[in-house]
Amino acid sequence: MAEFLYLYRGGASPTSPAEGQAVMQKWMTWMKELGEKGHLKAVGSPLEKTGKLVSGGQKIVSDGPFAEAKDLIGGYTLVMAKDIDEAAELSKGCPIFEANGAVEVRPILQMNM
Amino acid sequence: MDVHQQPEEDRQAAELDPQLFRHEAGRMVVALTRLFGMHNLALAEDVVQDAFCRAIEVWKFKGVPANPSAWLMATAKHRAVDLLRRERTARTYEPELTRMIESEWTLVPTIHEVFSAHAIQDDQLRMMFSCCHPRLREDARVALVLHILCGFSVGEIAAAFVSGQAATEKRITRSKKVLAQSKKLFDVTAPGEFSARLPAVQRALYLLFNEGYHGASPETAVRAELCREAMRLTAMLLEHPLGKRPSTYALAALMDLHAARLPARVDAAGNLNSLLDQDRSQWDQRLVAEGVRLLEVSAKGSNVTEYHVEAAIAAVHARAKRMEDTEWGAIVALYDTLMKIRPSPIVALNRAIAVAQEEGPERGLEEIGLIPYRERLDGYPFYWAALGELELRRGGYEVAREHFGTATKLARNAMERRFLEQRVRACEGIKP
Repeated sequence: MAEFLYLYRGGASPTSPAEGQAVMQKWMTWMKELGEKGHLKAVGSPLEKTGKLVSGGQKIVSDGPFAEAKDLIGGYTLVMAKDIDEAAELSKGCPIFEANGAVEVRPILQMNM
Repeated sequence: MDVHQQPEEDRQAAELDPQLFRHEAGRMVVALTRLFGMHNLALAEDVVQDAFCRAIEVWKFKGVPANPSAWLMATAKHRAVDLLRRERTARTYEPELTRMIESEWTLVPTIHEVFSAHAIQDDQLRMMFSCCHPRLREDARVALVLHILCGFSVGEIAAAFVSGQAATEKRITRSKKVLAQSKKLFDVTAPGEFSARLPAVQRALYLLFNEGYHGASPETAVRAELCREAMRLTAMLLEHPLGKRPSTYALAALMDLHAARLPARVDAAGNLNSLLDQDRSQWDQRLVAEGVRLLEVSAKGSNVTEYHVEAAIAAVHARAKRMEDTEWGAIVALYDTLMKIRPSPIVALNRAIAVAQEEGPERGLEEIGLIPYRERLDGYPFYWAALGELELRRGGYEVAREHFGTATKLARNAMERRFLEQRVRACEGIKP
């Protein structure tokens, strides 16, 4: 098993409280399933939509966001999977796709001694 | 804000009340509108939307907290404090509260007070009265109540009423402008003003319930939801000392007595059952008993409203263990009274159907022929269905089939269509 990072990008906000509740419950169900199948290393966290970017030799501090709304990272999760293909396949169950969002799947670089 | 303390391992999709978000949205919007003033309703809605988005984001990952309502309220309060500190002088707020908002000493206590359970309860009622503004049409009042107090989005309202999204959006936007002309929520402590607007509020709740009970939405679940909302808001009205009137009790009684029949109205396959064919063992006896009790309480006054009469009709049906036991004579008499209080072609049609049950199909058809403004029923599928039913009973299969055919073309959703098509087939089945 290897570790992978899911970065949740974009995704439309729900248009009503009832829809929001339904979306949230789908996410919770999905996370729960990942956990029950032993794929969840760490649930992770949601991220604020704002922040600071510190960059360059001059260490210039500028205000976020740093990407367009559709690319903005809204949160992350650490999962366990056999390989990148399985990790990508598992991500397809994520409810973010119903809101036109995306999951970026990145392998955690392993130390192979 | 650390209301949220739940170990990650314990995370599970807690059993949430499916209406939780909608109801909390209504509660938060009224509290914030009380704080910001009615003219800043849009701002209140933005803050609520923001609080929800944050809650959803966090709960998605960490699970629902032990007290989700408290969490949502705390988030909304937090956002309100931020906003008021930032924009304290940029806007005008609720006239009575402006001074409290302007001082840092009183800002936070004021927000806590506005968000207290008793204040929210009161403000929901005030908002209900605000929404029933005399300058708004009845359907606009119902839409506003659903939107602001019940947390329905414009799209959900358009779907429930089978009306266009753009038209609904326009109607709600226009109605909100009427509300915004007053900075304050309606004052429910002034008995004179309360009594003057109460009938409009009761009527809006009645129409909301009816939309759920008889409405055009193809979704049974949506319709049951509208009924439940109407019942919830009526219960709220009954909790207010000035709202506890015989007419309000009668309204609540009629809702309970009708809602009792909901389980039998649609069968497991999603097919509509007419009152005459329902399996009465499925009627909710708890709701029947509560409805009868409320109807008795409502009889205390001297004023008989349409709600009294409609509840009494529903009570006669509820009393009949079998359809054959129905006291149709009593029902006809009640419809006579209703025709005096609130005459309409639909009431007259229901009266004629009751006459037919008591005196036969010929008499029923005769009464239908006498309905004033009968042409107004031309677009109503159950007018043609009633004609078909009575023709069928007196053996006019061909005419009956034609009437049911007309009704089928007017059906407002698949459930009605299936029901009416089945009636068309019934005519064909027994054709000699």
